[in-house]
Amino acid sequence: MERMTTTATTKYEVVVGLEVHVQIKTQSKMFCGCSSAYFDAEPNSHVCPVCMGMPGMLPVINRRAVEATVLTGLALGCTIPPRSKFDRKNYPYPDLMKGYQISQYDQPLCLGGGLQVEADLGARFIRLERIHLEEDTARLLHREEAHGEGYSLLDVNRSGVPLMEIVSQPDIRSAAEAGVYLRMLRQTLRYIEVSDADMEKGSFRCDANVSLRPVGQEEYGTKVEVKNMNSFRAVQRAIETEIDRQTAILHAGGRIEQETRGYIDATGETASQRSKEQAHDYRYFPEPDLPPIAIAAEHVEALRATLPELPDARRARLEAQYSLAFADAHLLTETRTEAEAFEEAAVLVNVGITDAAAQQARTRAVAHWVIGDVARLRRAEGGGERDWSEIALTPSHIAELVTLTESGTITGTTAKEVLDIVFATGQSPVAIVAERGLGQVRDDAEIDRVASEVIAANPKAVSDYQGGKPSAIQFLVGQVMRQLRGRADANTAAEALRRHLDG
Amino acid sequence: MPLTAEEVRHIARLARLGVTDAEVARLREQLSTILEHFEVLNAIDTEGVPPTTQSFDLANIERDDVSRPSATHADVLANAPRTEGSYIRVRRVLE
Repeated sequence: MERMTTTATTKYEVVVGLEVHVQIKTQSKMFCGCSSAYFDAEPNSHVCPVCMGMPGMLPVINRRAVEATVLTGLALGCTIPPRSKFDRKNYPYPDLMKGYQISQYDQPLCLGGGLQVEADLGARFIRLERIHLEEDTARLLHREEAHGEGYSLLDVNRSGVPLMEIVSQPDIRSAAEAGVYLRMLRQTLRYIEVSDADMEKGSFRCDANVSLRPVGQEEYGTKVEVKNMNSFRAVQRAIETEIDRQTAILHAGGRIEQETRGYIDATGETASQRSKEQAHDYRYFPEPDLPPIAIAAEHVEALRATLPELPDARRARLEAQYSLAFADAHLLTETRTEAEAFEEAAVLVNVGITDAAAQQARTRAVAHWVIGDVARLRRAEGGGERDWSEIALTPSHIAELVTLTESGTITGTTAKEVLDIVFATGQSPVAIVAERGLGQVRDDAEIDRVASEVIAANPKAVSDYQGGKPSAIQFLVGQVMRQLRGRADANTAAEALRRHLDG
Repeated sequence: MPLTAEEVRHIARLARLGVTDAEVARLREQLSTILEHFEVLNAIDTEGVPPTTQSFDLANIERDDVSRPSATHADVLANAPRTEGSYIRVRRVLE
């Protein structure tokens, strides 16, 4: 637990606020018609005079970006003020083509809201301050000449990509809580399909404001902004490091300086980037080139009506509707595609089944395939997790597999083998079973024959069993199953063996 | 109240302008005159008047999310002082 951190005399409370920048999934950029698919594109190939910041060019607001931001606000319980506007945030940096960023200052699209999280400090509500819409900057790559002089390469493709900034209140009290908050935020953004929210690809970026204050004190301590984290693990580690660093300073009787620090992934440390001595002077003023946005209540409600069922609601419904355990329902709702695949298979597997107990058994079997072997297979190759849209296996394949098992056509062992083949080939389970002769051996004479063969070939196990070691039969059952390539029922095999040995 | 020399230098720095001491002295005068002019407006009672951010009564001027071809690579790089491959090359600036 990192809630409290102690110095010789004083206990400190951790205070963290997160600023998350999320690229909105759109066809075109925020203020011009250039394609926003900049990732992997030839540098400077998605650029026009508007996103290049040429004089006299006029921006026009992308409606979808506004709606996606409002949708995000609605999913996170924000209120949507009836009026919103854009402002210019002025600062000179080579990645900012116009010398200012079009952003939102005092009238953002969304206010308030929050996320209910549960981490090391139990269930807590993390309030949001606001969500505003802005444009992304160009990408700078830092290079060095052979003789050591540094320079930068500029790719303007990312300039103007729609970006929303989701700002939390300083309500987070531990690094673990920050991690849970970020994961839930990403899950929600993906559910409502407004962003890929992929940290490694830069479509989900997080800065953390970290400070400490004596327990019981209301006033916040001096905050330090930590940047440059490119994974959830890095965010948690950076916050932990920063808590330790500040604790050590306070412990030594020092003062925290307000500054920005960059996280260094290789060492897990943070280093000062710029002191606030030359404080930023953004000189915000209303963007004269863009008329304000007026969002009628009916428009907000129309957007709300398009919201899909959100992760928490879906988890609760799955638990109730399919009699699933919390942990299973939680895993099944991790992504929207996972939940949809499960529900599709659960419907298909029960077509024509009227008995309630049978329905439940089949549904549970589907759930266990989805969160068990299928999840394993989706993870197996290349480290990452492949989405349902990227694999050959379909929900109807799972329904078929469960039907084949429940009807006794194949054994559980065979089912796993069949699943591997479906996954690799996309062939249907029924076809695989027929083609490869994997149907369960139900011919008792056949099992009996194999049982006597196994008994003849394994005198040691037989004498162990007959000498008073009943567990030795497990080995013999395994041998029978091996001979039959797993296509027999293990109980039937054991019975056949006992008939010979006990008889 | 005239601006201080330090304020003038700060404004110049924000605008990325180099100024000599003589210019700072002259600009103090000129900028202060401009600011005094706006002080006249400050005398007006604007209690209860919402701030104007737009001079036209327009709202929701938006476009559909459709992408169209961008400028050619040659045009994009035409004004770059220096290029390297498909990139624009600039002096290193580290914050």
